[in-house]
Amino acid sequence: MYKAVIGLEVHCELETKSKNFSSAPNQFSKIPNQHVAPTDLGLPGILPVVNKEACKKALLTAIALHCENPNEIIFDRKNYFYPDLPKGYQITQVTKPMGKNGYLDILVQGKWKRVGIHQLHLEEDTASLEHDKNYTLIDYNRSGVPLIEIVTEPCLETSEEAITFLEDLKDIFLYLGVSEAKSNYGQMRCDVNISVKKEESTELGTKVEMKNINAFHRVKQAIDYEIKRQINQLENGEKILQETRRIAEDGKTYAMREKVDAIDYKYFIEPNIPSTKITNEYLNELKKMIPKLKMDRYIQYIEKYKMKEEDAKVLVKNKKIADYFEQVQKNCHDTELVIHFMTTFILSTLNKLEISLEELWITEEMLSKVIQLVEKGQISLDHGKKILYQSIEKKIDPIELIKKENLHQINDEKELIVLIKKIMEENPEQVRQYIEEDNFHVINFFIGQTMKQSNRQANPNKSLELIQQELERRKQNEQSI
Amino acid sequence: MYRGKSIEELTEQLEKKETTKEELFQQANFLAHHFQKDYNCFVTILDQVKIKDSSGPLSGIPYALKDNFSTSKILTTASSNILKDYVPVYDATVYRKLKQAGATLVGKTVLDELAMGGNGTTGHTGVVRNPWDKNRLIGGSSAGSAASVALGIVPFAIGSDTGDSVRKPAAFGGIVGYKPTYGLISRYGLFAFASSLDHVAILSRNTKDAGMVAEVLKGKDPQDMVTINSDKIHLLEGIENEIAGKKLFYLKEICGEEMKDTTTDQELKKTLDQFHQMLDKIRKQGVMIEEVSIDKSLLEAIYPAYMCISCAEATSNNANLTGISFGSRKTGKTIEEVMINTRTEGFSELIKRRFILGSYILQKENQEKLFLNACRVRRLIVEKITDLFQDYDAMISPCSGGVAPTFDSTSEKLSDRYLILENHLAIGNFGGFPSITIPYGMIDGLPIGLNITGRVKEDALVLNLANQVEKLTGMKNIYAKVGDLDV
Repeated sequence: MYKAVIGLEVHCELETKSKNFSSAPNQFSKIPNQHVAPTDLGLPGILPVVNKEACKKALLTAIALHCENPNEIIFDRKNYFYPDLPKGYQITQVTKPMGKNGYLDILVQGKWKRVGIHQLHLEEDTASLEHDKNYTLIDYNRSGVPLIEIVTEPCLETSEEAITFLEDLKDIFLYLGVSEAKSNYGQMRCDVNISVKKEESTELGTKVEMKNINAFHRVKQAIDYEIKRQINQLENGEKILQETRRIAEDGKTYAMREKVDAIDYKYFIEPNIPSTKITNEYLNELKKMIPKLKMDRYIQYIEKYKMKEEDAKVLVKNKKIADYFEQVQKNCHDTELVIHFMTTFILSTLNKLEISLEELWITEEMLSKVIQLVEKGQISLDHGKKILYQSIEKKIDPIELIKKENLHQINDEKELIVLIKKIMEENPEQVRQYIEEDNFHVINFFIGQTMKQSNRQANPNKSLELIQQELERRKQNEQSI
Repeated sequence: MYRGKSIEELTEQLEKKETTKEELFQQANFLAHHFQKDYNCFVTILDQVKIKDSSGPLSGIPYALKDNFSTSKILTTASSNILKDYVPVYDATVYRKLKQAGATLVGKTVLDELAMGGNGTTGHTGVVRNPWDKNRLIGGSSAGSAASVALGIVPFAIGSDTGDSVRKPAAFGGIVGYKPTYGLISRYGLFAFASSLDHVAILSRNTKDAGMVAEVLKGKDPQDMVTINSDKIHLLEGIENEIAGKKLFYLKEICGEEMKDTTTDQELKKTLDQFHQMLDKIRKQGVMIEEVSIDKSLLEAIYPAYMCISCAEATSNNANLTGISFGSRKTGKTIEEVMINTRTEGFSELIKRRFILGSYILQKENQEKLFLNACRVRRLIVEKITDLFQDYDAMISPCSGGVAPTFDSTSEKLSDRYLILENHLAIGNFGGFPSITIPYGMIDGLPIGLNITGRVKEDALVLNLANQVEKLTGMKNIYAKVGDLDV
């Protein structure tokens, strides 16, 4: 049996106002060369000015990934010539990366796995090139955008593990608010290193590298294909070449270039950026800013709230939804009821209306109050949901709506019996069927009528009870005559 | 009269309405053109400038700017073919501040290509000649800036100093060259040679003028992270203070008494004689001057360490010159070929040699031995000098072992004079120390300069010392009075 050894290098653009070393806006633009300062073009005489926010966000991510942090922030130059690199060097971190020796625990098929983080560092993105047959166009909008690179230990074994890791990592970026991590904008990109070896062997196989894969499903395709290809190759007694391959549209990987000796990047410390000490106070401050993360909440929801795994999964996926849930949970007694409202009302409404939580009219407060009414039995669960739907439609606070439109449930038996009697007087045929033919279906008919004529405000359970009683009473009377 | 006047004198003329800003510019412009053929100070001479109504401290004062400072809409070549048509889109902080202060730019001056070189002979528009003797070099790399001040074209000029690129040509030109503390003046817009050693520096004809210009240029710049807060550094404050009681030292291995007596090099002997005579004059002012000896091998390591660090940084700093986003692009079949052809044709052989050295020094297998060891040597030297600054206020030394060399002279690179004396000014760049050169004598009609280097951030004291020593030299405000001119 063969075993795959997979390591990932994940690049993620950070969300900041300006670029990593210049004051040009850090924004995606379809119009080329819109967000460019002299520094981003590498013009003679330019100097880098470090973006504090980018450093903070890189450190936050490193802390969230349980990394060791350096005692100071310094940057290095990585020297190489390429047309997308205007300065002829990239400012990055080699000597003292923002994070080292961290980990992220992922849950794959019900089992926890610890993925080692070799290092996390802050660097700048390159310009983007568009090659044509006879020319190449350069767009410097991306040049200098802050980028973090996260390098895992080669400890992943399947595409499922890799994808779970990537998804969890992406959710950490979102939870921390450090990046939008949109792969369709190339904000999150991934290099995959992969080799296969005999399961019992301690020696690693020859490594193949696949660079710059944006979408996660492509990562999965690439890994699955590579594992098969490499095993086949070995089975046929062929050697694996150390090379860079690319994943094509057809889901297969193709050789790009054989890896010659590693390029010497001639790293040295960037002299234009003075070192900045990282104090323990600052690190503690940052630690306090890290919210409870996805998988920690997942464990908490299952253990403390006895939530179903699939419910927990959907609630923790988005921090804002998880926060919303936790707030409502705090306000109410019946956690099960809260979970029910979250999964069957909130999430489905967001899906149906295709809106985000911020765009939803119903606040935590509003939902809590409605659930409290259900808890007290003042309105039914269905009635509660109906009020919420109307509240969204009319953009009126649900409690206001109940008051204003007299939407309280009719629980008063006297009031209900008057209505029920009136309906029965209007429908003697149905009453007759019950008395003479023992036709119980007419009960549904009367419930329907009661709900309709009460504007659906009648308490359905009580109405049912009263209808049954009244019909029974009339039957007795008839028989006794 | 304009030529040869100091900033102070010109400001007075303007205030008394004896002249106008326009007139000053016209005269400077005339002189610039007049001397261009013989001395080649300028890459670009500006013939039309908008003279603004300004009441800034340098209002109406003409000046020259080394052609490695970014000036928006004005050709900036760094005296290299690769940038021969490059017109920047932004202003260097220094240029912006000078504009604000009301100074009038006369032209952009020739330098050694990309500021790499000490002779002023490698600019793409030709060699710069020494105003005191056309057969001699002025020194570099701020060659045109030094020559334009030495000729009296402008009262001050801006240069850059990475090893001694302002202070050495100042010495050969008989003028003042002042390199402030590292970080006092922003380097934003100065084409980088070796970032950790690069300083903006000033050439003028007296110490006070240099201090006045530095006062205008200093200040923390959000565009240059290594600039320091200099709110409490007042460069002209105390410039007239008595210097009695101050303690200076000179290094035996650079310019000891003994060397003066034993050397067979006649020019060196004359230089050292005058130097020690000057020391005696200074001593008479109540200044204590002592000879200090340090490990000679440390001093011998200055030049190689300087070459290692500066070439390494220069290789990287100039990697932007590929012709891709700017510069004179050459053609090629692929992008890689375009970059290779641009660089191959754009740089002189001398520059390529430095890049190859720099690249070699940074290679993984050499980095520890060459680059990092050079950085260690740098640290050791700075520690040693800083240590001496605990007991002494400043170091004093002759800038060179003689007068400006002729174009055809060669130097024995491994001789003591070359290895130590001719290259010791780099100490100021290693430690970022404030360092000033002033003329102190003449040998056969050619000026020689002495240097005073002091503690980091104590620029005011260095200027104070220089200003008082200047009074003893009788060479304040001198310039080469070539050309029979009536301006």
